[in-house]
Amino acid sequence: MTLLAIPHEPAVSSTPQGTYHRFRWVIADIRTITWRNLLRYVRIPEALFFSSVQPIMFVLLFRYVFGGAIHAPSGTYVDFLIPGIFVQTVAFGAVGTSIGLAEDLQTGIIERFRALPMARSAVLAGRTFSDLFRNVFVVVLITGIGYAVGFRIETNVPLFLAGCLILLLFSYALSWGFAFIGLSAPNAETAQVMSFPLLFPLTFASSAFVPVKDMPGWLQGFANHQPVSVVVNATRALMIGGPTRTNVLEALAWCIGIFLVLSPLAVHRYRTRT
Amino acid sequence: MSNAIEVEGLEKTFKGDIRALCGVTFSVEAGTIFGLLGPNGAGKTTVIRILTTILHPDAGAAFVLGHNVATEAPLVRTLFGLAGQYAAVDEKLTGRENLSMVGRLNHLDRPTITSRSNELLDEFQLSDAADRPLQTYSGGMRRRLDLAAALVARPSILFLDEPTTGLDPHSRSELWQIIEGLVESGTTVLLTTQYLEEADRLTDHIAIVDHGRVISQGTSAALKAELGTTVLEIGLADVATAVRAGEALVTTGSKPPHIIDATVELSVDDGPRVAMEALRALDQMHIEPITFALREPSLDDVFLDLTGKPAQPDASEVGPDTAEPRNRRRRTRKSR
Repeated sequence: MTLLAIPHEPAVSSTPQGTYHRFRWVIADIRTITWRNLLRYVRIPEALFFSSVQPIMFVLLFRYVFGGAIHAPSGTYVDFLIPGIFVQTVAFGAVGTSIGLAEDLQTGIIERFRALPMARSAVLAGRTFSDLFRNVFVVVLITGIGYAVGFRIETNVPLFLAGCLILLLFSYALSWGFAFIGLSAPNAETAQVMSFPLLFPLTFASSAFVPVKDMPGWLQGFANHQPVSVVVNATRALMIGGPTRTNVLEALAWCIGIFLVLSPLAVHRYRTRT
Repeated sequence: MSNAIEVEGLEKTFKGDIRALCGVTFSVEAGTIFGLLGPNGAGKTTVIRILTTILHPDAGAAFVLGHNVATEAPLVRTLFGLAGQYAAVDEKLTGRENLSMVGRLNHLDRPTITSRSNELLDEFQLSDAADRPLQTYSGGMRRRLDLAAALVARPSILFLDEPTTGLDPHSRSELWQIIEGLVESGTTVLLTTQYLEEADRLTDHIAIVDHGRVISQGTSAALKAELGTTVLEIGLADVATAVRAGEALVTTGSKPPHIIDATVELSVDDGPRVAMEALRALDQMHIEPITFALREPSLDDVFLDLTGKPAQPDASEVGPDTAEPRNRRRRTRKSR
């Protein structure tokens, strides 16, 4: 059996020497894990179906069922709605991060990763990157559906793209929080159940679907200042017009803040979970 | 250096005060195959997890090719391959993609990964299935792919955690042949198993593990020799009869008899003489045996002798265990 003849030194030269090599290995590992997650993603038709059908349903539901009863502060409701749908969809999509990690823990593939000479950080970084790619797909999809139901960019394309960028930034920061949930849950089902009580108040008690001024006074304080509203306001201002400066700065502050607080938590959870 | 793996006084206690290991010590000579044999929950998998740097021991140390697994973990990870009962390959990826993923994470270059994958797929008779997702594979094929993945980077040490648990006999013997081939080519193998037959057939040295301790070690032949030369096995009509027969035969053999269901087993040094004595004793009690045999001792007998209970788990426990490994390891143990 020549092919199994074993050389006395390992095939891998050894651990990388020097910061440059170390850095290249980390990047290569993150790319490999991202590639693996994206492959998985396209091989699970249910997941692909769910993540594309769900935003379509929300668009149709709010555009044609509830939309008539909600009065946009200015302009048409569909223009008001689509930026909200963007943020709601990427927020819901972050549940995928927690489910994905919980599944990987459950199947034992993370144990295999821990025993390989790869960068430890690549598992979490690869997971959040692949979810970022998925969100790019979702943003393109919603833009298409939005156009089909009457949404129009009221500002200009560069501002619209800036809005998308803020969305993706928000989704990326949120992924780390949901990574923490996924690493804390005993299995994928629980990860999902743990995620929704957090998401529902954040997405629905926000400016995503209805103007906050129509909510009861006690709720307005929360609804005006919580991150989903802030990101929706910034996205909306960039896509259909309105005061952008403060909105965008506030949204960026939230994204960076969420990332800075939650990513160390997730990394810590990953390191200590055995 | 003659010892490829050294394990000294490993201790590990899990949350909830479950002592998985209480001082495990053994060493594995380079180029040999070493078996950790024991029932579910004995601590075998915990030893493997420590050796593969997944888990930190509370006390003690472990060395792979002379490198400490706790303090030189990144280096140690380049030295071994790991495959096991929880075939940790990705269901949704094809066989080739799985091998490629492991190759990339081992930082092999593309041409090496391609040629190595083809070699391994060919050798393990997976070429036809190479481009199908793993979820279409049979249990045996999945284990073979898992083993192939562990070999992508040509490690000189291979850890196999219950490589054949849950497999049908045909797939098991296929895997055995592969493992035997690996050892012939110079790989050092540490495998855990709950199958005595497997340890007997594959391993050079065996450590018997129970309740987080090595209770005996040596070659398979030496362990069997400790027992006496022959086992007298008497089958009876029912358990109650077997208990009565056991009482009648307490002083007949070199050690007290073991009663397993309706069978009484005696370790004896001079078979034919003891057999006659046993028949006389049974006759006096008016007990009629259904079967009566003298045979070579097996590792089963060693285990029974050391722990007072049979090693072979129930068939129900052997089935494809898809539960989380954690649950299994934390299962509360029966007190002896």
